[in-house]
Amino acid sequence: MNLFATRNRRDRAANAVFPALLLLGLSVAVAGLSGMIAWSIIEGAPRLNVSLITNGPSILRPESAGYRPAILGTVYLIGGVVALIVPLGVGAAIYLEEYADKTRWYNLFFELNIQNLAGVPSIVFGILGLAYIARAPLDLGFTLAAGAITIALLVLPTVIIAAREAIRAVPPSIREASLALGATPWQTIWRQVLPASFSGVLTGVILAIARAIGEAAPLLLVGAVVRVSRDPDFFQGAYTTLPVQIFNYSSRAQVEFQQLAAAGIIVMLGLVLLMNSVAAFLRDRYEQKW
Amino acid sequence: MNTATPTSLQPTVHIAAERDRASDPQRPALAPIMEMKDVSVFYGGYQAVRGVSLPIARNQITAMIGPSGCRKSTILRSLNRMNDPIPGAQVIGRITYHGQDLYAPKVDPIEVRRRIGMVFQKPNPFPKSIYDNVAYGPRVTGMKVASMDDLVEQALRRAALWDEVKDKLKSSALALSGGQQQRLCIARTIAVQPDVILMDEPCSALDPIATAKIEELMYELAFEYTIVIVTHNMQQAARVSNRTAFFTAELDENGERYGRLVEYDETAKIFTNPADKRTEDYIAGRFG
Repeated sequence: MNLFATRNRRDRAANAVFPALLLLGLSVAVAGLSGMIAWSIIEGAPRLNVSLITNGPSILRPESAGYRPAILGTVYLIGGVVALIVPLGVGAAIYLEEYADKTRWYNLFFELNIQNLAGVPSIVFGILGLAYIARAPLDLGFTLAAGAITIALLVLPTVIIAAREAIRAVPPSIREASLALGATPWQTIWRQVLPASFSGVLTGVILAIARAIGEAAPLLLVGAVVRVSRDPDFFQGAYTTLPVQIFNYSSRAQVEFQQLAAAGIIVMLGLVLLMNSVAAFLRDRYEQKW
Repeated sequence: MNTATPTSLQPTVHIAAERDRASDPQRPALAPIMEMKDVSVFYGGYQAVRGVSLPIARNQITAMIGPSGCRKSTILRSLNRMNDPIPGAQVIGRITYHGQDLYAPKVDPIEVRRRIGMVFQKPNPFPKSIYDNVAYGPRVTGMKVASMDDLVEQALRRAALWDEVKDKLKSSALALSGGQQQRLCIARTIAVQPDVILMDEPCSALDPIATAKIEELMYELAFEYTIVIVTHNMQQAARVSNRTAFFTAELDENGERYGRLVEYDETAKIFTNPADKRTEDYIAGRFG
């Protein structure tokens, strides 16, 4: 009996090549990402100082230009987006999972729409925002409020889908136990299902924020301008966000502006890292193991 | 008809007879606290249960036994309207509780479930602290309590769990063992002060020691509550119950399975001298 490898050479080669290909693919992705981050850090590091965060923009004097209104604009925008997507997204998920009769045509219609909307290009939401939110009937004008609503609509499907998964993961036995004690369906949802699905819902919100922070195109259509010197206000006045400001600086020829753009990318990455760390910490702390 | 009862069942039947409080002369006449009259359960167009008529006596333990698929759990669940959330489920016939029809139009199923509690097959404590588990029922039903701490302690004592958890009331319920979790579920059910406790195979997921503890607990609980237990374990029914109902599954004209009640009598009689041959066959282990 020959116990030594007798499988033909072709099978053995394929068995060795496959993991190598996987590793290659992974390396390309990681190298690409690291390369981009490395470029930003190398290019922008000399430019990093406190004035970047405290000063307003300047075309004439790039040495003292900063990102202050853009940072504030991004923070306000994300704040507005979260305030909208949490109640709307979680509410929609609760309706679809706990109350909707899945055989009714309108509920199937909702399902189909949500799946589709998740894939619509962001610029389409920009046009939607311009047509109906900045102008009539909502008529909010070119303000942060309009931008926040537009972006909220863009990322809402992500939150709904994640929240639905989280709600579905709560075992039916918990709901049964609650009902059997004399709780109403709403009490069951509010006191058992939602607290238990908190971690999953938070994941959805994190994903939504990560997408929302980087959006520039739809905001350009809804009035994010590139020269804002005052601190932003939610319901009136011009506004800008970090991606828009970086876009502006990077499209200028002078090397100082390129540096400024790279520095802005570092600031943005730092902001994203901070938000994600806080959210990941909260998610791990409240994770429910069944 | 009389055939030899398997000898393994005989000693346990004596124990059940001993506990039969019906033989206690000081007890008042046993009026049924609940009664099922010609009850059928449908899922959509499919009839799962046919014509069950069964009185449930107060402060007694009534066992429901039968082979798999005879819809014992469905019948049990219809007693506290737990079939309502299932789409297409419908109960025809009359189920009364203290004489009132449970399925009458104005009856609130939430209130029904407060009075007729349920313990499930797999222990399902909430992912909260032990204290919060027991306090959940009283809180959501808006019970006015002078002291929630006292209520929780009383419920845990009645469920024979207090001594084991009194020092860790704030710790997670999920850290308890299976048997302890099931006793917690019983404590939680008792906390809302029901009349009737329905138990759907409460010991099938537990080891023999935990099972023995819960059977002892059932005996104590029956002095205050009425218990209906569905069990796959014939010997358990013989050990704990005063009356036993035997169900079986049959095929209808379309070849679909439905459950029906075959025989209902004092436990001692069912296990020593059943009236129906099917009961006898099941007890003797010829099928099931």
